[in-house]
Amino acid sequence: MITVRGLYKKFGKLEALSNLYLDFEKGKSYAVIGPNGSGKTTLIKSILGLVIPDEGQLQCEGTSILNHWHYREKIGYMPQFATFPNHLKVGQLMEMMKDLRPGHYVLDEELIQAYQLADISNKRFYTLSGGTRQKVSAALAFLFSPPILILDEPTAGLDPYAVEILKSKIQNERTSEKLFMITSHIMSELEELTSEVAYLDSGKLRYAGSIEDLKSSTRESRLGKAIVAMLQRQPEKTTV
Amino acid sequence: MIRVGKHIVQDLMRNRFILAYTGLLLVLSVSMFSLDSDPGKATLSLLNLVLLVVPLVSIIFTTIYFFNSYEFIELLLSQPINRKVVFFSEVVALSAALGMAFMIGVGLPLLILNPGGATGYMILAGLLLTWVFVSLAFVAALSTRDKAKGIGLTLLFWFYFELIYDGFLLYIIYAFSDYPLEKVTLALTALNPVDLARILILLKLDISALMGYTGAFYQNFFGSSQGVLVVGVLLILWAVAPVLLAWRKFSRKDI
Repeated sequence: MITVRGLYKKFGKLEALSNLYLDFEKGKSYAVIGPNGSGKTTLIKSILGLVIPDEGQLQCEGTSILNHWHYREKIGYMPQFATFPNHLKVGQLMEMMKDLRPGHYVLDEELIQAYQLADISNKRFYTLSGGTRQKVSAALAFLFSPPILILDEPTAGLDPYAVEILKSKIQNERTSEKLFMITSHIMSELEELTSEVAYLDSGKLRYAGSIEDLKSSTRESRLGKAIVAMLQRQPEKTTV
Repeated sequence: MIRVGKHIVQDLMRNRFILAYTGLLLVLSVSMFSLDSDPGKATLSLLNLVLLVVPLVSIIFTTIYFFNSYEFIELLLSQPINRKVVFFSEVVALSAALGMAFMIGVGLPLLILNPGGATGYMILAGLLLTWVFVSLAFVAALSTRDKAKGIGLTLLFWFYFELIYDGFLLYIIYAFSDYPLEKVTLALTALNPVDLARILILLKLDISALMGYTGAFYQNFFGSSQGVLVVGVLLILWAVAPVLLAWRKFSRKDI
């Protein structure tokens, strides 16, 4: 569904992404992991067209996404830091987003109800806590029932109760029609939510494959340990 | 475009600054006419408002607004909306809002209290200057990621066009005073939108006699409808060119 071919991006002198090749297929759920500053968010922002890559091809369902925008109708995005116009009310934002995405969507308001966002629809964003903004952001990502969901550290800042709601929502939505791309630093969470893993380090791909394969080849039962074992076994070699 | 523009205008209206700016201009314009019994003189006082305050407010407000709506822009760009639409909606909405403030604050009192004379040119010049400085603001705001630096740059633009450039022009006139400089200075004023606006209005206020031979030469040029057309086109160019430059920057910007 999304193919990344030779993606290269430099911020000043820093190589954020270096010659990256990746495929994201429909019906699968991907964990994008790596240390801080390894290029996870840059990859996601490139796919969304927020970051303009220096080189390489990005395609969504066979057509290039560079300088295009229609493909974003298929994407629901939850950014790492939920930022909204401060003086806007929650309800106003929801109405605005619906207005800005004209067309026929099946509106999925499950999270709006689960997080009881209707109760705070009269509150302005500057009065909201980081976690509450994160809830609005999650509800917004799922609102238009998009086939591709890109969640950048979705559970960071959420309370345990809200995390469980989000996790079960993701589990329920994992159908053969949808593609999930999730970054997180919590390995146990990714084990629950994803089936594939892409490991990035300093903008380079170190591993891409299914979590099961990684576990069986390293003879580890947990994702975190399997990653560590994989890294120790092949310190600098790139595996695809 | 209209859909996105509508939301930006709504956002601007929620911001009370535009209303306050309109009110300030209105109070200043009306008080100048009530202080001076001669509407011609009051118009001359208003000239400074149009040439100094309007560009300053336009450029600073636009830059601050752009930096403050960064989250909004990021949100819009992660939706299925064209980057071009987001950018030009911002430009058009800000130009419209500040232009409207000028029309209500200065244009309306002028039309009511001093119709005729230089009023038409004053409104034209003020409106075009507003748009020129809005578009310069986008260049400044997109030249840096740092808000303080961006505002510093806008102030530099303003000082350059209001003071520094004129100093430079005077120096040239003084240094080459032995040569006929009318055409050269005429060409050099084209490089400064504020000067273009100033000369256009001054000549309509019939005080060009104070400016000697150059004034007569200018009167000859700016007095003709052809000259006014040239100034209008130059000011429009001054509004369009920076926007296109800013768009080049925005189209390649990493959000």
